[in-house]
Amino acid sequence: MFSYIIKRLLWSVPTLFGVSLLVFFMVHLSPGDPAMTLLGDHASKEAVEKVREELGLNKPLYEQYITYIQKVLQGDLGNSIKTKQSVLQEFKERFPATVELAVVAMILAIIFGIGAGIISAIKRYSVFDYSAMFVALAGVSMPVFWLGLVLIYFFSVKLGILPVSGRLGYEFYVEDVTGFYLIDTLLANDIEAFWDALKHLIMPAIALGTIPMAIIARMTRASMIEVMKEDYIRTAKAKGCSHFSVVMIHALRNAMMPVITVIGLMLGTLFAGAILTETTFSWPGIGKWIVNAVYQRDFPIIQSATLIIATMFIAVNLIVDLLYALINPKIRLS
Amino acid sequence: MKKLLLAVLLLISSVAFAAPQYGGTLVFGRGGDSSTIDPAHATDGESFYASTAVYDNLVQFKYGTTEIEPALATSWDVSADGLEYIFHLRKGVKFHKTNYFKQDVELSADDVVFSLKRQFDPANPYNKVGGAYEYWSAMDMDNIVKDVVAVDKYTVKITLKKKEAPFIANMAMDFASIVSKAFADELLKKGKAEDLNRLAIGTGPFKLDKWIKDDRMIFSANEEYWDGKPYVKKLIFKVIPNNSVRAAELKTGAIHIMDFPNPEEVAELEANPKIKLVRQEGLNVGYLALNTEKKPFDDVRVRQAVNYAINKAEIVKAIYAGLGKVAKNPIPPTMWSYNDEVVDYDYNPEKAKALLKEAGLENGFETDLWAMPVPRPYNPNGRKVAEAMQADLAKVGIKAKIVSYDWSTYLNKTKMGEHQMCLLGWTGDNGDPDNFLYTLLSKAAAVKPAQNFAMWKDDEFTSLVEKAKVTTDVAQRTELYKKAQVVFKKEAPWVTIANSIVVAPMLAEINGFKLDPVGKRRFHKVWIAK
Repeated sequence: MFSYIIKRLLWSVPTLFGVSLLVFFMVHLSPGDPAMTLLGDHASKEAVEKVREELGLNKPLYEQYITYIQKVLQGDLGNSIKTKQSVLQEFKERFPATVELAVVAMILAIIFGIGAGIISAIKRYSVFDYSAMFVALAGVSMPVFWLGLVLIYFFSVKLGILPVSGRLGYEFYVEDVTGFYLIDTLLANDIEAFWDALKHLIMPAIALGTIPMAIIARMTRASMIEVMKEDYIRTAKAKGCSHFSVVMIHALRNAMMPVITVIGLMLGTLFAGAILTETTFSWPGIGKWIVNAVYQRDFPIIQSATLIIATMFIAVNLIVDLLYALINPKIRLS
Repeated sequence: MKKLLLAVLLLISSVAFAAPQYGGTLVFGRGGDSSTIDPAHATDGESFYASTAVYDNLVQFKYGTTEIEPALATSWDVSADGLEYIFHLRKGVKFHKTNYFKQDVELSADDVVFSLKRQFDPANPYNKVGGAYEYWSAMDMDNIVKDVVAVDKYTVKITLKKKEAPFIANMAMDFASIVSKAFADELLKKGKAEDLNRLAIGTGPFKLDKWIKDDRMIFSANEEYWDGKPYVKKLIFKVIPNNSVRAAELKTGAIHIMDFPNPEEVAELEANPKIKLVRQEGLNVGYLALNTEKKPFDDVRVRQAVNYAINKAEIVKAIYAGLGKVAKNPIPPTMWSYNDEVVDYDYNPEKAKALLKEAGLENGFETDLWAMPVPRPYNPNGRKVAEAMQADLAKVGIKAKIVSYDWSTYLNKTKMGEHQMCLLGWTGDNGDPDNFLYTLLSKAAAVKPAQNFAMWKDDEFTSLVEKAKVTTDVAQRTELYKKAQVVFKKEAPWVTIANSIVVAPMLAEINGFKLDPVGKRRFHKVWIAK
């Protein structure tokens, strides 16, 4: 097991290297000049040249890449061109918001997705099955920003029961401890702020969780149907196990394998920031930050943020693979 | 009936003459976050919103206008040769005290010297902090300012390298804001000089309490503000990137004022009884430049014909969607010295044909028409404007071929005068007419790479704007600029198209808000009716 982890970690080095190379050249070869975005339309040619020189953009590309990699290896991810702050610092300021939203969305997706998937599988071709799978199909095909705006229109503008956007009402203020508002408000013993933070989370979590929920539901259903046909299920039934224990213990655990893979992959994506959801709900997270960086041609942010996200992806994948062994002892990691 | 009338009259008078009320929290919803709070390092509007709230300048734009009035300097003297400016500072002005800076500091000449010199003096410890001072270079200050010295505690002398009347307007711009030297020194001592990008100690109407990136900035009123304490107790800038969501926040009353609504949502917001709108022309102009170096636009009659041939009112109506107004002068109407007596070319294809005939082009001619690839406040859709013009020009026999490039190539090529006709525009920097008339239309600006995209080299016009540049008397400058606008219209190097209209929707109980033509958002005089 230990040697397996080491091997996997070593494998991640060339992957990350490849990612850095690809992103670096994609960013630098696409049109748009950070110096010009910085100075605006009015800037003179000399001023633009001066800034390019200061940013090191006038050097040959390979030289710029080598400097960049050298710095990364020393743990320096660079500074944002626009704000001059370190990329890591900027990342840290926004990451908790993204994680909080992603985790809540994922919990919603898992509870409702797996629940609906199981019921659909055992009550196949029932009204519930059809309607659940229809909702799941709609969920996959619905554009997130549109769903977000519809939610806002009904729950905030028309009914006035949920706040439109943001993480916390302006009348509240919490001291940053963990960066997760649900936890920080409780630490500060401010129940009102906690409820407010929770209310702010509901709509973005639904918007963000819909697609994963739909995928998980369909996946669970299909996988459960397969598993329910297996011999060991018949054995369990013959043994006289209750219907409940057959489904939840014998079938579900076996059916979960592909579902966990999907959950792992989706969690990685959600941690990279849900661009549309974050923009619609003014959620101050990673997705919005990276999109802004792309607009402003903030090269250091684009490059280093991609690297951080790639690292997270690899880590999540590794954890998922380790989870496999836990759930299914038949699988040996080697 | 009489009673009703009386009640209505009472209501109107109570609203119209209501005394401003103190207190409350004002929430301003905007599209993006500040990238820095350091006014000398900021280059974007969103950043200036915040630095304007915290910092003051020696002089400032009178609220809602481009006129200059005293601020931290109560008065200033200009030497006879126009090269020396002596600023007399307001006494007893205190810098903010916050949870990150607790010293009690009075504004002095040292703060002014520090704030300006860090931007150009390599010996200043802050000269290398946070990268280049882009706005300082963009305003060409290196070629204007020679030195800044403290004469005594309350007097600052700025010497110039050349005579430059608009210099005083530059001093009202955000990059010339006065920051606390004591605070900067303290940061330097702690090895945290970069923090000037996220923390701010100024003398302005609001103190920065907290900045949660991409979410909100929280300010509290500066109770000791030299121009009277602000009406609201707290001010919050909330980042809401999606325009429709921002409008929804306003409708639910979660924010009080919103920036930049979607043009197509303006009518709906206006119809909402809980919401009112404030409108103003932006400090910009969109135009079609006619390259006077290329045939047939070297002939004034052809340029005038093009002016008569284009139906500007239709274009503005169809493409600016209510967020534009037909422009007749090269400077916007909110700018001082705007000449309202100038008569614009009306839409008159017959006159256009007659002029073309006079110029020997009765069969028309072929030309190119360059269309901007990006939307700008002064031209929301270059392609559509170009197509509308193409159709209008075809009616008088001018066959225009639309040309476009990516934005930086577009600018580089037009600066070299490769076009015959090109769409462009300008957003003013410092509210001074020189920033439009000299920068865009003088002979000096026609030297390639040019900002004078018409490559128009008119002696009379240039001598007027050059004279105005070195005259410090505002009344005299106004006269010179008014004359220059008459020459411009007659010679017709451009077809002036439109000035954008900026709209700010807000809750009905908000009072005292004005849109600043220079693009600032100021909340010092805003109050909430209870």
